[in-house]
Amino acid sequence: MISNLAKRGKVLDSNKDTGFVVFDQVQKSYDGVTLVVKNLNLSIAKGEFVTMLGPSGSGKTTCLMMLAGFETATHGDILLDGQPINDIPPHKRGIGMVFQNYALFPHMTVAENLAFPLQVRNISKSEQQEKVRRALDMVQMSKFANRRPVQLSGGQQQRIALARALVFEPELVLMDEPLGALDKQLREHMQLEIKRLHERLGISVVYVTHDQSEALTMSDRVAVFNDGVIKQLAPPEELYDKPDNAFVAQFIGENNRLIGTVESVDGDYAGVRLASGDLCQALAVNCGAVGEKTTLSIRPERVLIGEAATSNTVEAKVLEQIYLGDHVRCRMSVHGDEEFIVKVPNAPGFSHLEVGQTAQIGWSADDCRALDMDIVR
Amino acid sequence: MLIAPLLIFVLITFIFPISDMLFRSVENDIVSDTLPRTVVALESWSAESQEAPDEDVFAAFYTDLYLAQEYKTHTRLGSRLNYQQTGISSMFRKTGRRVKRFDTDVYTDQFEELDAKWADPSYWASLMNNERVQKQLPETASSYTAWRELMVEEGDNPDAETPEDFVYTSLYRDLMHLSENGASVRNADVRTAMNAVSGFESVSLKEQFIDAEDDWADPKYWATIKLYSGNYTPGYFLNAVDMEQTINGAEVKPENERLYGTLFARTIYMSLFIMGCTILLGYPVAFLLANISRRSANMLLILVLLPFWTSLLVRTSAWKVLLQQQGVINDILVWSGLIDEAGRLIMINNQMGTIIAMTHILLPFMILPLYSVMQTIPPSYVRAAKSLGANDWTAFRRVYFPQSIPGIGAGSILVFIMSIGYYITPEIVGGTQGVFISNRIAYHISSSLNWGLASALGAILLAVVLILYWLYDRFVGIDNMKLG
Repeated sequence: MISNLAKRGKVLDSNKDTGFVVFDQVQKSYDGVTLVVKNLNLSIAKGEFVTMLGPSGSGKTTCLMMLAGFETATHGDILLDGQPINDIPPHKRGIGMVFQNYALFPHMTVAENLAFPLQVRNISKSEQQEKVRRALDMVQMSKFANRRPVQLSGGQQQRIALARALVFEPELVLMDEPLGALDKQLREHMQLEIKRLHERLGISVVYVTHDQSEALTMSDRVAVFNDGVIKQLAPPEELYDKPDNAFVAQFIGENNRLIGTVESVDGDYAGVRLASGDLCQALAVNCGAVGEKTTLSIRPERVLIGEAATSNTVEAKVLEQIYLGDHVRCRMSVHGDEEFIVKVPNAPGFSHLEVGQTAQIGWSADDCRALDMDIVR
Repeated sequence: MLIAPLLIFVLITFIFPISDMLFRSVENDIVSDTLPRTVVALESWSAESQEAPDEDVFAAFYTDLYLAQEYKTHTRLGSRLNYQQTGISSMFRKTGRRVKRFDTDVYTDQFEELDAKWADPSYWASLMNNERVQKQLPETASSYTAWRELMVEEGDNPDAETPEDFVYTSLYRDLMHLSENGASVRNADVRTAMNAVSGFESVSLKEQFIDAEDDWADPKYWATIKLYSGNYTPGYFLNAVDMEQTINGAEVKPENERLYGTLFARTIYMSLFIMGCTILLGYPVAFLLANISRRSANMLLILVLLPFWTSLLVRTSAWKVLLQQQGVINDILVWSGLIDEAGRLIMINNQMGTIIAMTHILLPFMILPLYSVMQTIPPSYVRAAKSLGANDWTAFRRVYFPQSIPGIGAGSILVFIMSIGYYITPEIVGGTQGVFISNRIAYHISSSLNWGLASALGAILLAVVLILYWLYDRFVGIDNMKLG
């Protein structure tokens, strides 16, 4: 994992092994019966951008609130820079936070909003002004210093909220779905902007979202949450290319799922007998022993068609085609699964398929991952 | 269109009665309606002369009063003028009983003696039909017309009745006037009478009145009548602000007669005090309501609303039971030894009683708007403040409180306006020191029947509220108010 970060050209602090933020066996329960967060272990290095991704109710926001100090962990420790912070009230943690609906104080102007964290820290007036000015410059909002939040657009409010969370120079900034209320274009723009600020300021960011593309674009590492557990913590490309389990494979990106039973395990590979009776060679990532059920995960763009298909070949009938410009999305009946998607690139050398036609398709055993039977979603 | 029924309903039941009431505060046509001739005659008299008016005024007054006592309106006029000058009421009543027995019958007798025609109803009728005669005998014409109207009113036939003495008095006065001026009269009968009247025995009406009631010689009563002879009067309003109209213009009443200024001031400062108490008591409750789970909030809200479902009278009476010197609270304090038997606290029939009871009664009106405003303040604001480094108190003071101000504004206006016009509670627990201006208004409406003054007090109260409302809008901004 560390080599992976280094590969991304990330300069990390020396205490990366201990972690700047550490969740140590953290549990959280609201009613004393159900655990919202189950035995969470997570270590975040200084300067790292970690995203907590997951469906709603998966416990990611609860984790963020525990880190911010608005919720207390039922069990376990949260450490910030080596110090346990369970008993430190939120206002003494020095963590910047951007809220879902920005939470800009409506009765204060933009400049007053930005000066607020400086005022409560008893910073001198002149220094306050200087810092507010710099923070506004940073988000290119200097012209709006005397406006009230309601007079700003969503994107502008977003920038101010960001500037306010950064103005007192925290080392850690938490963001709780900060771009959720923006339209797509603005969201993509802001993603880049946040990413740029993060790189420039060298701060650590813990970002919560349920939007996977947002998570993949911005993060150094993504923690995929489900049901109070981190299903996988990995850099974005690893998360997509090498999902550890069926949930992550299904949650991140598009995925074809085939159910089968493990028949043989030979080193890294497993032979899986599918429901249709055919045998399929797959990478044994997370499957059980011989005789156990497994989920096969194949990305639609890794499916080969016609001559190119040399291994795991099967006759597939084209059920539906959607033309998408750069590729054609093709729904096929494969091994009895009628929801099998194949992406056919719109490029030379790729033959055009017709609906109703039968074609030979196949995939490399390395692109077919035998995973657990965890989910049925 | 859809709100037309409501509009009409409001117009009929609300706007009309209120404007009618407000109009009563300046309306004053009773004097000119009842004493039309006197009002005209008094125009030439000035109160500065320090003397009672002359015979002309008394003669006009005689006719007016004679008619007024026939119509039984003189007592009403008496009570009306009594608001301005005590004693007038009894003068009117006393003189009203005497006016029919004035010695003016000598004129009737002398005219009838001169010519029997003067006793003939049909002769009178035909004579008074003559326009030239009407012009030459103006007083007589006016008296005769008024007399005919009276006869018709009473169901008698004016063509079959001999006119009353006051008509003959007017005739005598007109003829005397003509003969003194040496006017030429075409009508032979009138000319004969005119030539005869100078030999008539005469009666001084001024003396007759003074004989009936000494005070008619006192110019101050006449000054009052003259002052209030206009159709509109500022008198009620002046009275409502502890001033009176004198011949020297409006003057502040002597200290021992002032009442309403104190009452207005007390109403306002006690309302402000009650408003302050409801803010102090209501804010924490509303805060609690807004920050606990919806279930428990609803339960608590029922407790807040419980008093609403109890009669106001019952609640106020309950306070009477609790607060009185032999009441529950004093008993408990004595029993627990905090105070001794002699030191029982006086908590009722004074301002304290009013403040305690009204604070309790008006508390929901503060809590509800506060609660509804606080509910709309997202918890993320306080969280944001804390994450930015503010401790609990600073986060509350700088972030939460400013956003709850619209609720305070709405609650304050509601409580203040309600308490400024409160009536039942101060009446029951207020004693003499704790009553409000509305209690005085109610007194004038139902007991003293001085509706004009009640209206003036009400109008001032309305104006005060509107001014305060305007000030509030000016300094706080009415947009800053949220009722829910």
